[in-house]
Amino acid sequence: MKQLLIGNAAVARGLYEAGVRVVSSYPGTPSTEITEFAAKYDEIYCEWAPNEKVATEVAFGASLAGARSACAMKHVGLNVAADPLFTMSYTGVRAGMLICVADDPAMHSSQNEQDSRHYAIAAKVPMLEPADSSEAYNFAKAAFELSEKYDTPVMMRMCTRIAHCQSIVDTGERDNMDLLPYEKQPEKYIMMPGYAKKKHPVVEKRTEMLTAFAENCDFNKVFIAPGSEIGIVTSGTCYQYVKEVFGDTVSVYKLGLINPMPVKSLIDFAGKVKRLIVVEELDPIIENHLRNIGLEPEGKSLFSNIGEFSQKDIKKILLDKDEEKLCADTPVPNRPPVMCPGCPHRGIYYVLAKMKLTVLGDIGCYTLGATPPLCALDSTLCMGASVSGIHGFNKARGAESEQKTVCVIGDSTFMHSGMTGLVNIAYNASDSVVIILDNSITGMTGHQQNPTTGYNIKGDPAAKVDLEKLCGALGINRVRVVDPYDLAECEKAVKEELAAREPSVIISRRPCMLLKYVKAKPALIVDADKCRSCKSCMRLGCPALSIKNGKAAIDFTQCVGCGVCEQLCAFDAIKEANTDENR
Amino acid sequence: MKTVNIMIVGVGGQGSLLASNLLGHLLLKEGYDVKVSEVHGMSQRGGSVVTYVRYGDKVYSPLVSEGEADYIISFEKLEAARHAPMLKLGGQIVVNTQQIDPMPVITGAATYPDGILEELKAKGIKVDAIDALSLAKKAGSVKAVNIVLMGRLSNYFPFNEEVWIKAIEETVAPKFAQMNKTAFLLGRSN
Repeated sequence: MKQLLIGNAAVARGLYEAGVRVVSSYPGTPSTEITEFAAKYDEIYCEWAPNEKVATEVAFGASLAGARSACAMKHVGLNVAADPLFTMSYTGVRAGMLICVADDPAMHSSQNEQDSRHYAIAAKVPMLEPADSSEAYNFAKAAFELSEKYDTPVMMRMCTRIAHCQSIVDTGERDNMDLLPYEKQPEKYIMMPGYAKKKHPVVEKRTEMLTAFAENCDFNKVFIAPGSEIGIVTSGTCYQYVKEVFGDTVSVYKLGLINPMPVKSLIDFAGKVKRLIVVEELDPIIENHLRNIGLEPEGKSLFSNIGEFSQKDIKKILLDKDEEKLCADTPVPNRPPVMCPGCPHRGIYYVLAKMKLTVLGDIGCYTLGATPPLCALDSTLCMGASVSGIHGFNKARGAESEQKTVCVIGDSTFMHSGMTGLVNIAYNASDSVVIILDNSITGMTGHQQNPTTGYNIKGDPAAKVDLEKLCGALGINRVRVVDPYDLAECEKAVKEELAAREPSVIISRRPCMLLKYVKAKPALIVDADKCRSCKSCMRLGCPALSIKNGKAAIDFTQCVGCGVCEQLCAFDAIKEANTDENR
Repeated sequence: MKTVNIMIVGVGGQGSLLASNLLGHLLLKEGYDVKVSEVHGMSQRGGSVVTYVRYGDKVYSPLVSEGEADYIISFEKLEAARHAPMLKLGGQIVVNTQQIDPMPVITGAATYPDGILEELKAKGIKVDAIDALSLAKKAGSVKAVNIVLMGRLSNYFPFNEEVWIKAIEETVAPKFAQMNKTAFLLGRSN
């Protein structure tokens, strides 16, 4: 059946048809929908794991048990999963296993722009790279045969423009693969030195075999344009930009198997063209391979290793052509992403900003607290780094710092990798204040359940981690809960915990305003007669608040009646509307 | 046929994804090759959002670049101005006259430009402005701005009304179908 699917949904369909039985992942843009769509198939057991390392090991366990399995993550998630990845390359698999990793060139929703292809090369596992949804579907299916034939986990590299682009997929039926019988094979699956030493040569031999396979495999496509002097080697979304600009007028070597890359067939291709050009986003992986096999391509001498491309870049750089365009002369103000109206993070951030504290931040919606007017954050590194970081910060600067520094971390991020940092704070004794921003969901990636929400990926009730008890068990004696809509309560709690001479955790708890079960209150209104234009309310950075004709104004289409701005108005100018006719 | 390039732009949370899904669904049913490219995540949070819809006999790139868009559907005035350089010479903008202040305007770091649509028109850009918010309210929900705009856009395409209505029925949740159909027809006729 022909369907319009985003790349991630196409991958999920491929997993389904390949007979996959187990999928475990941690959400991360742009990879999240792979697992969300897989969860729609009753035949696949799907779960949100606490982090990518756990997810990858769950998928490994399922493969060991004889079930085809998969996991999905964003590029930075692969850093967390790198530990099992590198040794799974040695153990290989029982049933086929696919690791989907989605890169984010241009950092639409990421903290760095790393290129996952390095991992496939370093871990010595094959990596596929589809160029549209149809290929994402086909490659996901074919990955399992490759995995089983060569006894290796297989990686598939997506990028934002493949993962989140809908294109046409012609889907088929599920192949219900039987569970393979479990066999105890210590020399294959126990990677202690004696056995691992025997496996490394197997890995090297496998790469040789895969390189031979790559010479002539269906994943790679070669198109020779008669009479063309230009030959372009490319892969993934870049292939589409090349075809958009050149159609069939240049020769193209499209790599679908991005690791290992072939040797002989690329040399043959180069021999047929005068000018060999590599078009690839981010790092010169293909280009370096071509150089290693003795070719002299143009690549990063022409194209940037920063950001993503489009057909415009290809046109400009290779054809020196630009499209004509018109625009207004008046500058257009930026529209950066902001915390939503009614966001529970806003209240606690207002308090932290007001108290002029140093705030170590983490990964999630709440990173948006860094932007004006709140400017409440001092650092954001990676998942969990706020909790580990504040300990180091306080150890370096001592007691004075402990009384004016806090860290903030979301509930899901705390489960992912904040807990170990908190153990360190308790064990190695810094009087740090950790604020868990518990909005009862994984927000930034679009509302995924996590171990603190009480529901699983299917929305069914599940065991719920009790954050208060957990923090207590990790060695923190001072644990308290505040409502971030109550500014006075938040300020009191933060003051008291900063003053305490022992580590403490403040759980700022209120569900994300966008959750379906959270009901908005009627929009508030401003009594223009009472408003003195002091702009106190504007310090919140709420998108529903603005100044109109010199007075505060509330946009009724956006306001959810959270009442935080009401607490900042000294003149009682902000109040509930008498009617809710506007909603 | 040549590939037709459409951009749907707006502010995160305005429902541009539903509009692009509707369009993609309709074009698939009409037998075209289609690509719909969207960005999830950070850009949804009240930021500027862009969706690309491309259709034709064979579509390669999922993106529309500067000077290539045949149509820009903007859910907000400022966003129309921001993305105007994406428009092909002779291309058409369909824009909702709603104003949503971005954070730099709210904080006073920037000002919302007055008469921005008039300025675009003065440059020779074809601008079709519509108060989609009022029409959406009339249809029953301020959230139907997206479908009102699809109604307005439909006037520029050769597909008949039934095709659009069917696509709406197949794309939106059944309980909102009637309201969205009303919104579509209000956009199409006003």
